[in-house]
Amino acid sequence: MTLWSSFKPAFWDHEDVASGPYKHLFNFRRMWKLAVFSTAAVALAPLIFMTVVDYNVNQQAIESDIYYQTARLVSNTRRSISFFLSERRSALNFIDKDNSYQALGDPLRVTALLENLKKGFGGFTDLGVIDDTGLQHTYVGPYNLAGKNYSDQDWFKELRSGEAHISDVFLGLRQQPHLVVSVKHDLPTGCFYVLRASIDTQQFNDLISEVEVSGKGDIFLVNTEGVLQTASRLFGSTLGRIPVTVPAFSDKTRVLEIKSAGEEFITGYAYISGTPFVLMAVKKKSELLKPWNETRKKLVVFLVLSITTILMVILGVSTYLVNQIHAADHKRVMTLHKVEYANKMASLGRLSAGVAHEINNPLAIINEKAGLIKDLISLRNETAADDKLLGLADSVLASVERCANVTKRLLSFARHMDVRLQPLDIEEILREVLGFLGREAEYRSIEVHVAVNPDVPKIESDRGRLQEIFLNLFNNAFAALGDGGRLDVTARRSDAQSITVNVRDTGCGIAQADLKRIFEPFFSTKTERGGTGLGLSITYGLVQEIGGDISVESQVGQGTEFTIRLPLTLESVRKPKHESPVGG
Amino acid sequence: MKVLLVDDEEELVTALAERLSLRGIEALWATSAEDALRFLETRSFDLAVLDVKIPKIDGLQLKKRMQNMRPSMKFIFVTGHGSDRDFQTGVSEVGADYYLVKPLKIEDLIVKMKEVLEG
Repeated sequence: MTLWSSFKPAFWDHEDVASGPYKHLFNFRRMWKLAVFSTAAVALAPLIFMTVVDYNVNQQAIESDIYYQTARLVSNTRRSISFFLSERRSALNFIDKDNSYQALGDPLRVTALLENLKKGFGGFTDLGVIDDTGLQHTYVGPYNLAGKNYSDQDWFKELRSGEAHISDVFLGLRQQPHLVVSVKHDLPTGCFYVLRASIDTQQFNDLISEVEVSGKGDIFLVNTEGVLQTASRLFGSTLGRIPVTVPAFSDKTRVLEIKSAGEEFITGYAYISGTPFVLMAVKKKSELLKPWNETRKKLVVFLVLSITTILMVILGVSTYLVNQIHAADHKRVMTLHKVEYANKMASLGRLSAGVAHEINNPLAIINEKAGLIKDLISLRNETAADDKLLGLADSVLASVERCANVTKRLLSFARHMDVRLQPLDIEEILREVLGFLGREAEYRSIEVHVAVNPDVPKIESDRGRLQEIFLNLFNNAFAALGDGGRLDVTARRSDAQSITVNVRDTGCGIAQADLKRIFEPFFSTKTERGGTGLGLSITYGLVQEIGGDISVESQVGQGTEFTIRLPLTLESVRKPKHESPVGG
Repeated sequence: MKVLLVDDEEELVTALAERLSLRGIEALWATSAEDALRFLETRSFDLAVLDVKIPKIDGLQLKKRMQNMRPSMKFIFVTGHGSDRDFQTGVSEVGADYYLVKPLKIEDLIVKMKEVLEG
């Protein structure tokens, strides 16, 4: 037995023989599907729609928040770095304004200025003064750079047309990363000189490294060629090259998504005005979305649980309701069939009674005439010893008696339409009903055996119902039996409250697939031979009416056995007040 | 024993009357209620065997009228519309002393007639 067959609703395999324009109304499987799908659609569509909308809104809000936080981080850091650099540039500008060109030619003065810069701002490592030919005529610092000519260097050429210059970070002679800030001062003579100071990037790095970046991210400075100007946790030390392209210039802080080595990064960047530096904050998107992913998982679990619960409820309720409708329809059909059957039986009863009456009167005449003939033959001396004549008269009388028995059985059968409880001998009923089929059994050489255990008591039941039950079962058995078959009818006491009657034939048997449907109305394997499919369903109903139950076992090719359990007494069935008076 | 047989089937009632006569029972017959009542005006009978259904008047009404005329008379009903099992029901319902189903066995009828008359 498959799992599906265990849970399959009763209506699933329902097949109604009814046809016509309203047949679809009794298609219970279609009804169930309609109920399930329409309810599911109405219940789930808003849920799924709202979940998708909520999902998108949440995701957009979270991404927007990430973008905003990144932009704010970059913007704030950019301001700090700009301030750091402009502070030092302003210091140089101040020195430049506060000291004459001649004063700056004094190494002692420049040394004092460098000491003040170191104390006041920190990070300054040397200070030099370069004339407009590029010659550094004054220098104070750890190296001997006095007299060095910078005229062919790019920064100096750029400075000719500008006011100040901040260099990339480079190693230089010290092999330590540093940068150079230069400011130009124009002289009234049309010449100019440049105040040039080296700044150790340690402070620079400290400034950057103090910034907290969420999402296992990193913030660093690069130049426009992608060379790191500060150390990066993700991409290595200063002067290394980052693996991602430096975003195009923008005068505002921007955030964009960059993919590198299969990983998505949320990248915020800002070009620091007046410097070659680009501040970049890089965050791993997967890390940033972790909280959201957790929420998303919960959302998906909630959605799946909700959908499952809703579907289970819909399936359960739909199945229950359609089952109820199916059961109600089944009851309705059974009631209609019973009414139809009762009408049929009533008509048959009236017909039988009419026929019996019409036959009984001429039979009575034949009986009396034949009796009179026999009397006359017996009483007259000349014929009294004529055995042949007497035999003929007896033969006529015997035939009349046989006919009378038939009409009596017909009348008996026709009269028991209502439930009337009375003590009944089950063997008498069985033999009476078999009497209807005696002639057929004889013609077809069917052996009929009745065996009733002596311990079977009289039962209180309805004669008419029992007659119909056994007549239906015997008729079925005779239909299944071939010529020369055997029908065994046995009765025994099953317990203190009931007896069991077994009707076993050696006929063709019933297929297992048909067995479970055999008591359904209109189910017949004999439709081609005129079977209506009502006999056993009516039998089932009749057995229930008199408080019994019926079951069947069968093997194809070996035969069928019906087992009927009948209660000894039946108090639940109300006795009718009286039966219709008989007619003459 | 004087018996009146009432049945609309003349063939039946004449043969039955003759058979009873052959057995020493005085049996007269009538095929209608009128004939039966007419007989009662001039004769007395110990017992009547009535068909439950006879033309114009049913056996029950006839029995009542006959009983009014001859209160001591006994009645056996016969019918072609019943079975052996209906005897007791029929007896109580139609108020007959006994109730038989056609076709009759003459021996049974005589036994029952004697039983009814003996009380």
